[in-house]
Amino acid sequence: MQEAVINRAKELLADGTVNRVAGWKTGEFSFDTTPAVFTSAEELDADFVYNDFCAPNLSKYLVKESRKEGKLLVFLKPCDTYSFNQLVKEHRILRENVYVIGVECTGKVDAETVKLKGIKGITSMESDGENVTIHTLYGNKVLPKSETLGTKCATCKSKKHVAYDELIGNDGEVDEESKRFEVVEKLEAMTPDERYEFWRGELSRCIRCNACRNVCPACTCESCVFDNPDSGIAQKAAADSFEENMFHIIRAFHVTGRCTDCGECTRVCPQNIPLHLLNRKYIKDINKFYGDFQAGADTISKAPLNDYTFGDCEPSIVYSRGGNE
Amino acid sequence: MHRIGVFVCHCGTNIAGTVDVKAVAEALGKEPGVVSSVEYQYMCSEAGQTLIKDAIKNLKLTGVVICSCSPRMHETTFRRTAAAAGINPYMVEIANIREQCSWIHKDKATATEKAIILGRTAIAKVTLNTPLTSMESPVTKRALVIGGGIAGIQTALDIAEAGFEVDIVEKNSTIGGKMTQIDKTFPTLDCAACILTPKMVDCAQNEKINIYSYSEVESVSGFVGNFTAKIKKKARYVDAAKCTGCGVCTEKCPMKNVPNEFNLGMNNRRAIYIPFAQAVPKVATIDADYCNMLKKGKCGVCAKVCTAGAIDYKQQDEYVEREYGAIVAATGYNPISLENYDEFAYSQSKDVITSLEFERLTNAAGPTSGQLLRPSDGQHPHTIVFVQCVGSRDTSGCGKPYCSKICCMYTAKHAMLTRDKYPDTDVYVFYIDVRTPGKNFDEFYRRAVEEYGVHYIKGMVGKVSPRADGKLMVQASDLIANEQLHIEADLVVLAAAIEPDKSARSVATMLTASMDTNDFFTEAHPKLRPVESPTAGVFLSGVCQGPKDIPETVAQASACAAKVIGLLAKDKLTCNPCVAHSNENLCNGCSACEKVCPYGAITYSDKEFRMPDRTVAIRRVALVNPAVCQGCGACTVACPSGAMDLFGFSNKQIMAEVDAICK
Repeated sequence: MQEAVINRAKELLADGTVNRVAGWKTGEFSFDTTPAVFTSAEELDADFVYNDFCAPNLSKYLVKESRKEGKLLVFLKPCDTYSFNQLVKEHRILRENVYVIGVECTGKVDAETVKLKGIKGITSMESDGENVTIHTLYGNKVLPKSETLGTKCATCKSKKHVAYDELIGNDGEVDEESKRFEVVEKLEAMTPDERYEFWRGELSRCIRCNACRNVCPACTCESCVFDNPDSGIAQKAAADSFEENMFHIIRAFHVTGRCTDCGECTRVCPQNIPLHLLNRKYIKDINKFYGDFQAGADTISKAPLNDYTFGDCEPSIVYSRGGNE
Repeated sequence: MHRIGVFVCHCGTNIAGTVDVKAVAEALGKEPGVVSSVEYQYMCSEAGQTLIKDAIKNLKLTGVVICSCSPRMHETTFRRTAAAAGINPYMVEIANIREQCSWIHKDKATATEKAIILGRTAIAKVTLNTPLTSMESPVTKRALVIGGGIAGIQTALDIAEAGFEVDIVEKNSTIGGKMTQIDKTFPTLDCAACILTPKMVDCAQNEKINIYSYSEVESVSGFVGNFTAKIKKKARYVDAAKCTGCGVCTEKCPMKNVPNEFNLGMNNRRAIYIPFAQAVPKVATIDADYCNMLKKGKCGVCAKVCTAGAIDYKQQDEYVEREYGAIVAATGYNPISLENYDEFAYSQSKDVITSLEFERLTNAAGPTSGQLLRPSDGQHPHTIVFVQCVGSRDTSGCGKPYCSKICCMYTAKHAMLTRDKYPDTDVYVFYIDVRTPGKNFDEFYRRAVEEYGVHYIKGMVGKVSPRADGKLMVQASDLIANEQLHIEADLVVLAAAIEPDKSARSVATMLTASMDTNDFFTEAHPKLRPVESPTAGVFLSGVCQGPKDIPETVAQASACAAKVIGLLAKDKLTCNPCVAHSNENLCNGCSACEKVCPYGAITYSDKEFRMPDRTVAIRRVALVNPAVCQGCGACTVACPSGAMDLFGFSNKQIMAEVDAICK
C-alpha cells in the first residue's frame, strides 16, 4: 500500500498535476506518525509513510495549504473525507487547489489503547495487518490488531470515501451497525447526578493544552472565541474549576451540526478524556430531532441547525406538550 | 464617563400596586454611572416626558433607563423624548417591569426585587449602548392580498380606490370565498350573492386590481416596503385569456359524478367546471383528479366543444415573482370537521347537516334549487332541530375553546326563514346562551322567537339516533324546565364551530407573522392595533384574525386597507438601525449566517488581508446589507466565530445583561 501511494504521488509531482504532497511521516516513535508536506520525490522516498499508524486526519491542514501557490495532493482516509467535505462546504478549503486520493483504511493502531492494556516502556510497534508486534523495554508482545485500535477506529462509522479524485485500494461502505452511540446511551441512562460526576471526573483532568481544539477540523475559526478579547471569555481567570470544564461544553456546542465525528479530539488528548462522547451526544440528538444527518456526507445539504423547515420540532415545546416521544 | 438617568413609572397602580417603585428608584440610584433615579406616576404622559427631557438637559445625561411597560408599548415614545432633548434615541433602554414583573407577581417583596434586577440589567446594557443612526429604504407601491373572500375583496377595493395596485391571490378558481355559499345575510335578510357579486365584478374590472385565481403564495422574502412574493399559478388546463366562460364544456364533459364542493358535495359537477354562475374570473377549470384526458389520455370532449380553443391539457404550474410594499393576510375560515362529534350522528345520517349545508339547501343555486328538502329522501322536513355551539366554547379538548360568534345569528336566521317559508314546520333551537351583540341583532333574534314562534330551548342535545324509519331521535335536556326531551326530528342542523383555514399556518410562517394557539393571526395590539400583525408590513383582514360576521369583516377589511394605504403613501421608510455587521478580522466565510438569514441580507466577497506575518492573504468574508437586514439576530447566533454582531444588541451587551441578572 505504502509503495503504491508513494509511486502515485511521485507520478503526480512529476507530471505537474501537483507541486506538493500532504501525507504522513514517522515522528519521535515509529507508531507516532505526524502530518507532513513533501515537495520532491526524494523527500517522499526518505520520509513518507502510510501504514497502520497513520491516524492523523489531514483535512484541517488544507485550510491553509489550499490557499498557497499551486495544487496540493492529499491522501485521505474514509473518515477524513467527511471532514474534507464539511470544510469544502464551509468554504474553508478551496477545492480546486486540492487533488484528493482516497486511501483504504482498515483501522489505525493507537498507542494509548495499547498502554491502557498495561503494556509499558514501548519502544516501537509494527503491524502486519493482522497482528501488532509491540517492542518494549521488557520484551516483545503480540496483540491482534483489533485489540489495539484507537477509540475512533473501534467505533468506525464508515469505510466509504465521500470525496476523492481517485482511489488507491478499495472503497468500503457506511457501517449502519456502528456501535458509536453505545456509550452515549449508557450516559443518557444515568441520573443527572451520576452524569455530572462522570463528566467532572473526566473533564477535571483537562490541562487546557488546547490540543483538541487545534486538531479539530471543525475548529478552523480565524480567531477562536477563546482567544478573542472581545468575547469576554478569552484568557479569563477561571472563577472555579467547573468554569474550566465549560470550555469543552462550549466547544462541543460550537461544532454541533458540523462535527463529522472523526474522533481526533479524543485521539490527541494527553489526558485521555473521551471528548468525542460530548459530540456524539449532540449528533445523536440531532438525528433524533431532525432526522439522520451526517455532517460532511456531502457538500450541499443544509445542516439541520442552519436550516428551517415547516416540519422542524422544537424539542423543549414538543416534550412539554407530550409530542414526538 | 456615563451619566445615566433612571425613571421608574408607576403606571397608575399597574406597576405601583405590586412593585415598591420608591424602593426601586432608590436602589437603582446607587448603581454605578447613575446620576439620577426618580419615580413618577405616568412616565409616558406629557408631564412625565417633560421630566425626562429636563433631566437629560439639566443633568447632561448620556443614557436613559425607563422602568415601565413593554418596549413594544412605549419604546418609540421614549426614544422620541430622548431625541427631542438632544441625545441619540438609541441611548434609551426600557426595563419592562409591568408585563414581565408587576402583572405576573402577587407578592410585593418579590416583585420589587425583580424590578430592581430588571432595572439593573437595563443599566448594564445602556452603559454599552452606542449612538445609532437610521437609514431609509424605498417602498414598493403595490399590495398583496392573500385570500379573495369578502375580506380580501373589500381590502383590495379600498386600496385600489386610493390609487395603489393590488394583487389578490385566491387558491380557488373564483374569488368570493365563503360568502358565495351563503343564502341570505342577517339581520337584513338580503341575498348574499346580490350584495357580494357586484363587489367581485368591481375587483375584476378595476384596473388597479390583479386577480391571481387558482393560485397560491409559494414563498415570501424581504421586509416592510420591499417584499418579494413567489406566486404559484396552478395549472387549470384552460387558457384563462381565451376562455369566454360560455360553459359549454361544463355541460358536455362526460364525467358527471364529481362531488360539487361549492354545494358541499350534496350534488355533482363535471370534471371541468365553473363553480357558480357569477364566478370571477369566469373561467373553466379542469379537475385533474377526475379528468379522463389528464388521467388516461382518453376523452378530449371539452377541447372539441370549446370554440375559443382555450383547453390546454399540457398546461403547467406557472410561477410569478412580484414585489410588494405591504401584504394582507385574509385567509378566512372553515367549519370544523365533525368527526369528534359522533353523538350527533353526522356521519351516520344524511339528514344531520351543518349550517353551511343548510345554506346550500335553501339557496336557489343549491342542489335543491332552494327547496328545503331532506337530503336522504327529498321530502319536506316537518320537525327541524338546530344545535348551537357544536365544537364552540368547548373546553373538553375535542372542539374549540372560543365562541365562533356567528352561529347564534345565522341559526336565528335559519329558524326564522324556515318558519316564514314553511309555517307547518316545528323548529327547535338548542343553545347554551344566545349572544346577539350588534346593531339590530337582538331585535332580529326576538323576532324569531316572538313573531315566528321558534322554540328556543336552553340546553344541549345529548344524542341524535337515526331510526330505521328515517326519523332522527333527538335526546336533549331543557335546563330551564329541568326535564329531558325526546324529539322526533326530520332534520338536524349543527352549528359547527369555525376555525382558521388550514393554509393560514403556512402563510403565517412565510410572513413570520405570529399566531395564537387556535391558529388565528395575532394582532400587534389587541385593542390599539387590531389590523396590523406584529410583523411590520403584514396586515390582517377578516376571520383569519378572529371570528367575525360579515359587517364586522367588511369594517375590519376597510380598516386594514387604511393601514396599508398609510404605508404605501410613504415614499421612504426609516430603517431600523439595529442591524447586523460582520467583523472581517474574525469572519471565516463559512456561510452559516447566509444560510440562516431569512431576508437574504448577507453576501460574501473575497478581500485581501495583511496577515500578522506581513503576507497578504485573500479571505472570503461576509457583508451585511444594512438596508435589507431586519436585525433579527439569527446570524449572530449561527456565527461560529462571533464575527457577526448586532448594533444595539451586541453580544457584549447581552452578556452584560446576563451578568447583571446573575449578580
